[in-house]
Amino acid sequence: MTYTAWILLTASLVGLSCGIIGVFLILRRMAMMADAISHTVLLGIVTAYLITRELSGVHMLVGAIIAGLLTAVLVQWFHSRGVQQDASIGVVFTTLFAIGVILIATQVGNVHLDVQHALMGEITFLPWNTIHLPVIGDIPKATLMLIVVFLVVLAFIIAFYKEWKITTFDAGLAASLGIPVVLMHYVFMTLVSITTVASFDAVGAIMVVAMLITPAAAAYLWTDRLSVMLVLSGAFGVISAIGGYYLAVWIDTSISGSMAFSTGILFLVSFIFSPNHGLMSRVVKPYTTTE
Amino acid sequence: MLDMFFSPNAQWVLFSALTLGVAAGMVGCLAYWKRQSLMSDALSHAALPGVIVAFMIIGTKHLPLMILGAAVSALIGAWLIQWIQSNSRVKEDTAMGIILSVFFGFGIMMLTVVSRSAGGNQSGLDSFIFGQAASMVRTDVYTMLAVAIIIIFTIVIGFKEWKLFLFDVNFAKGLGMSSRLMSTIYLLMLVLVIVIGIQAVGVILMAALLIIPAVSAYYWTHSFKAMLVLSALFGGVSGVAGTVISTMGNGWPTGPFIVLSASVLFLASFLVGARKGMLVKAIQFKIQQRQHALEGGRQS
Repeated sequence: MTYTAWILLTASLVGLSCGIIGVFLILRRMAMMADAISHTVLLGIVTAYLITRELSGVHMLVGAIIAGLLTAVLVQWFHSRGVQQDASIGVVFTTLFAIGVILIATQVGNVHLDVQHALMGEITFLPWNTIHLPVIGDIPKATLMLIVVFLVVLAFIIAFYKEWKITTFDAGLAASLGIPVVLMHYVFMTLVSITTVASFDAVGAIMVVAMLITPAAAAYLWTDRLSVMLVLSGAFGVISAIGGYYLAVWIDTSISGSMAFSTGILFLVSFIFSPNHGLMSRVVKPYTTTE
Repeated sequence: MLDMFFSPNAQWVLFSALTLGVAAGMVGCLAYWKRQSLMSDALSHAALPGVIVAFMIIGTKHLPLMILGAAVSALIGAWLIQWIQSNSRVKEDTAMGIILSVFFGFGIMMLTVVSRSAGGNQSGLDSFIFGQAASMVRTDVYTMLAVAIIIIFTIVIGFKEWKLFLFDVNFAKGLGMSSRLMSTIYLLMLVLVIVIGIQAVGVILMAALLIIPAVSAYYWTHSFKAMLVLSALFGGVSGVAGTVISTMGNGWPTGPFIVLSASVLFLASFLVGARKGMLVKAIQFKIQQRQHALEGGRQS
């Protein structure tokens, strides 16, 4: 595969996995939790690096899962002790992120990991960092990690589709049916963390928030069905990833930045033209219904 | 290390960090009770493209104009969040997430374009992401101080009005106060304190300076006035402490250290705070347990 093809494949995988996870994030009203986790994952990666002194996929994943769960637990813990939910998110993630940045600035130096990279991603360098697999041949490490994470996410969503649906829309009913709501919450947080860390190399900490929330929010405007929303959101993710890449090539700028920007464009288009919830529909509908 | 306290430039930087912390602590207190803590996070990220675009237009690093750019783009962000919420079924947190990440992405796009074309000036722009108090020059400090002092005065002078506005909007309306005007002033102060802070703390962590001191103060007192004072105090102390610590190492960013100082104060408040701190709660629990044991003993 060519260089561009690898980048496009990686970016699409980011769009796809983030789009799917994002649907549940916004339906569960946890969009800002995604923002928090995408920041704290940095601390997990840095700590994993400081302990093992290597930036391999598995260590990063473990570090990120721990950091993500730690964030979720701490936010919940402070909240249960009287701090408002969003203030509690704000306290936890900024603190953990600050520790991560300080560790990078003081301990790691600029060897393999720098703040710039963590924030903006380095998708242009990904195709050169390859690993050899028996059947497929050489494949970039980050792409492999994204494929694995995507399959894990997909497997979890499909296998427990009904359970996710019930816990998302009616947690009380789910609990009364004997579905472990709290466990599902933390499993979900784990999925968010691994998706974030896998996308981290490609798009960086902050742009991953764009990929998580914006395509899902756009899809939310088009449909009322969860299954359709999942497909649409994944598709929007892929479209904005590929569109963002070409936009970045066109004006020669940061790829991750323009991917985030193109998710915004997609949302804006949906916001205006969506058939049921868009701005246009409001202008057009009263007219057509009175006809 | 001690030298820095005597050089006049450093004293100015420290003083402005202190004032910034005080202003941020006070505005953060209002944001906490308006339940908009994360709004400050969204707005501080949304300020980035404004800084960069202002830089592209004027071509040099001129702080007052860049602050203006930041304020404009943060206000556009705030307005968009409001607009998305009220015109569709997208909820507030999702709207904030969208604006935060899309604006930031756009800012990074612009930053990359600028740093490619402008070359040497780029180092100055990078400091807006994580903050570099040491990179401030005298005029920057004056701008910051002036804005921070205006904010502090606005809160102190209108204290009674703010209190009404936050805790009983309907009563405030009944007294003939315009809650629309108050909201506008509040939003302006929030945006201004964010944009003067991004030079020292950076766009990513500026929200922390608004959120953490207010939450810490909440652990000490029931009174809004005391909370405001404490929050200002915590903000000021963390501003100064973080700035001092960050000068100890070469090229250490200021923002994360300011945030970490604020977090240490938060942890201390969380543990030993007089109102809801863990330690106080544990002691109260023990006392109650003993009383119950005594009463139980008397009855039997």
